[in-house]
Amino acid sequence: MIGTFPRIPSGCAISGMMSRRARHMTGEAVIKSIALMHDRSNGLGGGFAAYGIYPDFKDHYAFHILYNSKQNRIDTENYLKDKFVIDRCEPIPTRNVEAVTDPPIIWRYFLKIEEKNLYHNNQLIDERDYVVNVVMHINNKIDGAFVMSSGKNMGAFKGVGYPEDIGRFFCLDEYEAYIWTAHGRFPTNTPGWWGGAHPFCLLDWSVVHNGEISSYGINKRYLEMFGYKCELQTDTEVVAYLVDLLHRKQGIPLDLTCKALASPFWKDIDKMKPEQREVFTVLRQVYGSALLNGPFSFIIANSGAMIGLNDRIKLRPMTVGVKDDMVYMASEESAIREICPDLDEVWAAKAGEPIIVELEEGVKV
Amino acid sequence: MSMYLPAEFIVQVDYSRCRSCRRCVAECGFGTLSYQNDRVIADHKKCAACQRCVSTCPEGAITVIHNPLAYKKNYHWTPEHIKNLHKQAATGGKLLTGGGNDKVYKSYFDHMVLDACQVTNPSIDPLREPMELRTYLGSKPDSLSFTCLENGEYKLETEMSPQVRLEVPIVFAAMSFGAISLNAHKALAMAAKECGILYNTGEGGLHKELYAYGDRTIVQVASGRFGVNHEYLNQGAVVEIKCGQGAKPGIGGHLPGEKVNQEVSQTRMIPVGSDAISPAPHHDIYSIEDLSQLIYAIKEATNYEKPVCVKIAAVHNVAAIASGIARAGADIIFLDGFRGGTGAAPTIIRDNLGIPIELALAAVDERLRREGIRNKVSIIAAGGIRSSGDMAKAIALGADAVAIGTAALIAMGCRLCQKCYTGNCSWGIATQRPELTRRLNPEKAAECLTNMIRGWSLELKEILGSLGVNAVESLRGSRERLRGVGLSDTELDILGIKPAGR
Amino acid sequence: MRIDAKGMHYRELNKIIRQAVKDGTKELVLDNINGQRYIGTGINEKVRIIVNGVPGNDLAAFMNGPEIVVNGNGQDGIGNTMNDGSVVIHGGAGDVIGYAMRGGRIFIKGNVGYRVGIHMKEYKDQVPCIVVGGSTGDFLGEYMAGGILVVLGLNRRQGEPLTGDYLGTGMHGGVIYLRGEVEKYKLGKEVNIFELDDDDKKKLKPLIEEYCAYFDCDLEEILNAPFYKLLPVSSRPYGRLYAY
Repeated sequence: MIGTFPRIPSGCAISGMMSRRARHMTGEAVIKSIALMHDRSNGLGGGFAAYGIYPDFKDHYAFHILYNSKQNRIDTENYLKDKFVIDRCEPIPTRNVEAVTDPPIIWRYFLKIEEKNLYHNNQLIDERDYVVNVVMHINNKIDGAFVMSSGKNMGAFKGVGYPEDIGRFFCLDEYEAYIWTAHGRFPTNTPGWWGGAHPFCLLDWSVVHNGEISSYGINKRYLEMFGYKCELQTDTEVVAYLVDLLHRKQGIPLDLTCKALASPFWKDIDKMKPEQREVFTVLRQVYGSALLNGPFSFIIANSGAMIGLNDRIKLRPMTVGVKDDMVYMASEESAIREICPDLDEVWAAKAGEPIIVELEEGVKV
Repeated sequence: MSMYLPAEFIVQVDYSRCRSCRRCVAECGFGTLSYQNDRVIADHKKCAACQRCVSTCPEGAITVIHNPLAYKKNYHWTPEHIKNLHKQAATGGKLLTGGGNDKVYKSYFDHMVLDACQVTNPSIDPLREPMELRTYLGSKPDSLSFTCLENGEYKLETEMSPQVRLEVPIVFAAMSFGAISLNAHKALAMAAKECGILYNTGEGGLHKELYAYGDRTIVQVASGRFGVNHEYLNQGAVVEIKCGQGAKPGIGGHLPGEKVNQEVSQTRMIPVGSDAISPAPHHDIYSIEDLSQLIYAIKEATNYEKPVCVKIAAVHNVAAIASGIARAGADIIFLDGFRGGTGAAPTIIRDNLGIPIELALAAVDERLRREGIRNKVSIIAAGGIRSSGDMAKAIALGADAVAIGTAALIAMGCRLCQKCYTGNCSWGIATQRPELTRRLNPEKAAECLTNMIRGWSLELKEILGSLGVNAVESLRGSRERLRGVGLSDTELDILGIKPAGR
Repeated sequence: MRIDAKGMHYRELNKIIRQAVKDGTKELVLDNINGQRYIGTGINEKVRIIVNGVPGNDLAAFMNGPEIVVNGNGQDGIGNTMNDGSVVIHGGAGDVIGYAMRGGRIFIKGNVGYRVGIHMKEYKDQVPCIVVGGSTGDFLGEYMAGGILVVLGLNRRQGEPLTGDYLGTGMHGGVIYLRGEVEKYKLGKEVNIFELDDDDKKKLKPLIEEYCAYFDCDLEEILNAPFYKLLPVSSRPYGRLYAY
């Protein structure tokens, strides 16, 4: 845990790109795209999520961790040693960028779990639940430490600064990924906290988000009932946890998960044919506390998909572009055109209708 | 001795305006006014300040004032205590009252404020944009399962518990036929149907004329089991087991035989003129497992098609009790705070037992969440909800819906004179006297109730719009949108809210 | 005058444009535009600005006179509180087009997003017009108080609706012309659908002629389809809302 802050509302720019054939691309394009929307952020937060960047460690949980001090690192590493086999650990390479000041200590770890650790009271617990518990523990209980990302073959790179500066700071031009998402943040005061930047990640989920979740209060309390701890005071974290809860843990299909987070209006549900009316009525009845309300557009990604979703009355913008196997999403069309001028197709996302982009059939990462 | 008690109110007749039409004499249910020697005379001691005469006098010639009678100033021995002691000295009885607790306890609703959006997130205009209040009461599973069909659509695999739909998160609280008139019951039933909400039979059974409103009815099962049979249970949309009432926690009910006329007798299924006594506890519930046994008896009797609600008074240990009720299989928990109304209760009980609904609700919601069983039950909060503001705050604290009893009576004309237990209600509400009950036109009263619900729903939409959300489920339990003003750290902690300014 | 705007920040670009207009330039061609905001803002002259690329948000915001032609798609907030002039988009456009627009004309060849024509108003001889060649998102003409909105619904995909929901919700002035029918449930409670009269046809025809001229379409083909109009049914739709 790195301090406690009041929840800070923020406006933003988001951009994402995915190769449906899992072709790997360096971070240069996504930096260029998010940089074009420079004026949508204010230099107080920028970040990226990248998928496919650690092919040599693709079966390891890759933890990206921020520390306030060396002692915080030692404490955290002692905890990690207790929980995992650490096959490799190292500082995340950075370069000096004038605009990026006072970075924390930033390390990455490639971790495996010994099976015996997965037994709790003689019961086998899901490996991913185990990882979630570790992340929750570090973020909430260990002073001066924050897990930026914890998925396999992916990672988050984020900090205080404009996204293009953060991208150069983390040398993202030297990484190759088949999904990149990016975020430029416009928080309304200065927390000076690197962990507060987007993306927000858990396991291999990442979320970049433009807007504010006005339903944060109940979303948080709902998640707490299932053991998620929302102490980081960014409304975006609830999105990552809700997707993890509904889709990964409870097995709700991805499109229905999106329909729980941004549900159809009752008037539209009432018009559906009986079986579908039942599906959507029950979805709202059961997941009403997971409904995300307020203005938002976000891009959620995991190793197999990139998903764009807008709020129910579309108070935030999102444009989608397609070129061959590439799919792009961004707050502004120009941010897509900047890196792909001749799109095959371009359209604006619709309120509450998810755009789910998955790898082409048979494509392995 | 009681003859030495001074009158509480003085009825002043302006004889320069009075035209001796004697309407007031007929209107007063308490027999306060008579016509003697060519003028209206008041027996002040009988006046309940129900304002019927004041409101109906065509000349506006009547005023009711507090008797300005001076007691020697004493902050401890207030006039009420002195008066009550004289009454008891004269009668040797328990003091009786009606309506809700009217004492000066802190109202937490008045110490909480709601949030509003400014700039960083937009407010939403409820007049032009969709704003959803629909609420379903019933037990929800923690998760759902679906199968994907060939056409890409989904089919629900989870078997759901019964859910009852409310178009506005309001139900009318339980008030029995017996305590209130059939016309009042009809009005509540009609308004519930019109507004897409529910009314509650109370423990007095269900009159045949109201079967038509069955799908808008909560049928109550109280300790006296009046009018309860298989047909009754299956008439309603929800079955409520009444274990307690906010106005009289731990106390049963007693409808005196004088009120048991032909209609009441048929509905309650007891002989005309016999006392209808509801024991304090259900004598088949001496422990929580017995409650579970009764819940499932009712579910068996209704083929698991109706949610079962358990109503309790808000008492000190309410959170643990509620947890037990949820685990016992209830689908809905009805929490009734100490401001909740009653047709009749011992004053000493009403004014000294139970806790405020705001604290009870906050404690229960938090406890159920901590135990991971909040989805298992819906919570209805009641006991002194006066406005849509109170309703919004209750929902933010965690209520799925609120119940209103007193507010509904006031909408029908009640002036809160708190003399319901006398059966003399001049407004035709809390009485069975035919010359009084016919004053209440059910259609008109239903229209008043419908208007009130409409006004509250417009206001709730306005509040949601200010909060920047367009569905009531985004307010439900969202304590982040509440702040306390003038509350201690402990009170804030119990309510689970931050102080204003933070 | 031609400006290569490649990589140029909007402040630099708009400064150059304003200076050029001050210097008497009557036509500017902006090449390689991508995302620069506020083009046309703060210009009161009747100049012509050709935009090659995708201009940024708030194109023609507070604009008062110029004629802007965009060879590309538009983004959000075009013609925000616009007072006079015209914008012609050879593509589609985003959300909140013509917000509180009081005068001038916007022609969009393709589809538009949500809340188009929101709170358009007219004053004296100023009557703002927006003509959309394709379809629209939800909340078209929300709070509309004056002016003319036209939706032609050309080149729609199979099953693509003409407009979204909440059509004309809160509308209390002006008129929306629709080429085709919309389902009743989509209408805001303040509006209703009417047949066109001769007056309407007189108003509508020149706008469609202008659309056809810009985008090279067949006037007859467009007119040869049923048109309907949406009008507010009351200038005070919110009676019985308050208790006194």
